[in-house]
Amino acid sequence: MTSATKTIVPAAERDLGRYTPFGQVVRNSFTMAYRAILKMRRNPEQFVDVTVQPILFTLMFTYLFGGAIAGNVKNYLPIIIPGILIQTVITTTLSTGTQLREDMDKGVFNRFKSLPIARIAPLAGALMADVIRYSIAIVLTFIMGYIMGFSPAGGLVSVIGAGLLTILCAWCVSWIFAFFGVIARSAQSVQGISMMILFPLTFLSNAFVPVSTLPGWMQAFVKVNPVSHLVTAVRELVNQGRVGHDFWMSLIGAAVVVLIFAPLTVRAYMRKA
Amino acid sequence: MTQQKEPAYAIEATGLVKQFGKNRAVDGVDLRVPAGSIYGVLGPNGAGKTTTINMLATLMKPDGGSAKIFGHDIQTEPHVVRQLIGVTGQYASVDETLSGWQNLIIFGRLLGLSKAEAKKKAAELLEEFDLTDAAKRPIAKFSGGMRRRLDLAVSLLAQPPLIFLDEPTTGLDPRTRNQMWNTIRKLVAAGSTVLLTTQYLDEADQLADEIVVIDHGRVVAQGTPDQLKKSVGIASLQLSVTNKQKTHEAVRVVEKVLDVKAATSDATTVTAPMADPERITDLLVALRAKDIRLDEVSVQKPTLDEVFMALTGHTADDLEANVSKETA
Repeated sequence: MTSATKTIVPAAERDLGRYTPFGQVVRNSFTMAYRAILKMRRNPEQFVDVTVQPILFTLMFTYLFGGAIAGNVKNYLPIIIPGILIQTVITTTLSTGTQLREDMDKGVFNRFKSLPIARIAPLAGALMADVIRYSIAIVLTFIMGYIMGFSPAGGLVSVIGAGLLTILCAWCVSWIFAFFGVIARSAQSVQGISMMILFPLTFLSNAFVPVSTLPGWMQAFVKVNPVSHLVTAVRELVNQGRVGHDFWMSLIGAAVVVLIFAPLTVRAYMRKA
Repeated sequence: MTQQKEPAYAIEATGLVKQFGKNRAVDGVDLRVPAGSIYGVLGPNGAGKTTTINMLATLMKPDGGSAKIFGHDIQTEPHVVRQLIGVTGQYASVDETLSGWQNLIIFGRLLGLSKAEAKKKAAELLEEFDLTDAAKRPIAKFSGGMRRRLDLAVSLLAQPPLIFLDEPTTGLDPRTRNQMWNTIRKLVAAGSTVLLTTQYLDEADQLADEIVVIDHGRVVAQGTPDQLKKSVGIASLQLSVTNKQKTHEAVRVVEKVLDVKAATSDATTVTAPMADPERITDLLVALRAKDIRLDEVSVQKPTLDEVFMALTGHTADDLEANVSKETA
């Protein structure tokens, strides 16, 4: 006999757990990440932002600002490459929110909600899979920089360390947009809200220009902006191989973001679930 | 070890209410679904069928009332309830961009199967539902019938004892619909309980052991298909008279014996409403006495369409025209 016609175990004879064990939370999240990766492979256009943007922005900004800010392109590279790296990756986190929203609007999310799986898994899986996107953006930015003549004084290990720091911080920031993804009505409104946060956060930082050239009130913001700390941390790592004050500040900033937005997001998601 | 007693009811719901703004989509629905049966929830679009399922399947929190699935409360033990149910939604609850095979693997893994078990189970179900050839294609390229079958296959991965089917055959051609009906019957034969919603009266009539009719979020009638037909009453009698000249005489005899108004739809057919099928004996004797010969006699129960008309004051077709009223 085939499977559907096998005798079904009656409800009373089943071993039913009241809660999801932690091991299952992790397994479910990995399965959901696997699902997100399969979906990425079916929609290669999802990779446009993480491939085109690093190449285009690195070329554009370096030749545009290089002469004005650092005298020549060669001298500007150690400043701009970490800046573009952070700007690109943080921008990439936005799509976590829009894609989550689009996904949640589909019937398949109803099925996830009806399954005895960890409630957080669909969220956690989506965010985990995005690490792949960040990695692509980071690798491409460094390759572009290398082609244009950037040789990081800190050495390869520092560059890898800087990449990992960036991935970790981006993952933390993606919770902000995941939150908007969960509460917003449509993917478009997620895009709208997120842009308003993203632009000041990435451009009002030390990513592209020396802070000293800015007016006083703007300097005040740029100095407390966590993105500035992250950019400085990456610069110190790749250019000097040094783990400094800003490295720890970035980690603390990222942790604060997660501690605020992860519970908010999960709560909002559960309420809808 | 003492074995726990199987609860008699797969679903026991009391006074379920769901409100969307001003609209009470579900307004005090009671359900008692015996374990091992097919239970039909019949109603037009917007009657509150899907909302009721969503609450029972822990997808939505009820605004009032309570429900138990095999004795487990949907609000205090949702995680237990989810281990006992399978839900196949009205809209594809599978991943459109992924293939049938990938969908089954992912859902199998989510349900705790190992990689090897998930693959085995996926292959079995694809075979069972006649989807093996299409397994590697993305669902977006599936036909409506294939999509429903895959959807149901996914629901059966965990072999749940209770399966919710929300309009499982809406939009399917008659052949695929029959296949789906057979699958549903097989499920129940294997020990599942099935709750299915439908707008098709003949579907409820064909499949369901018991039917509840919902309109505007309220239960307007319930019972077996036969009880429902009887509750609206009168069977309909049809006589076919051999000799056309005697038709009028036959009408007079029918009217006299049954004490109703009879009608002739063509030259030889006499139809009349009949409260009590027993009286057909008297009628046949009276006709023989008048030497009126018959080609055919039939007593028909009313169709569920007629039942629906009598219960809700409108036909099911009327309401299908009001698709825009659907709220959930």
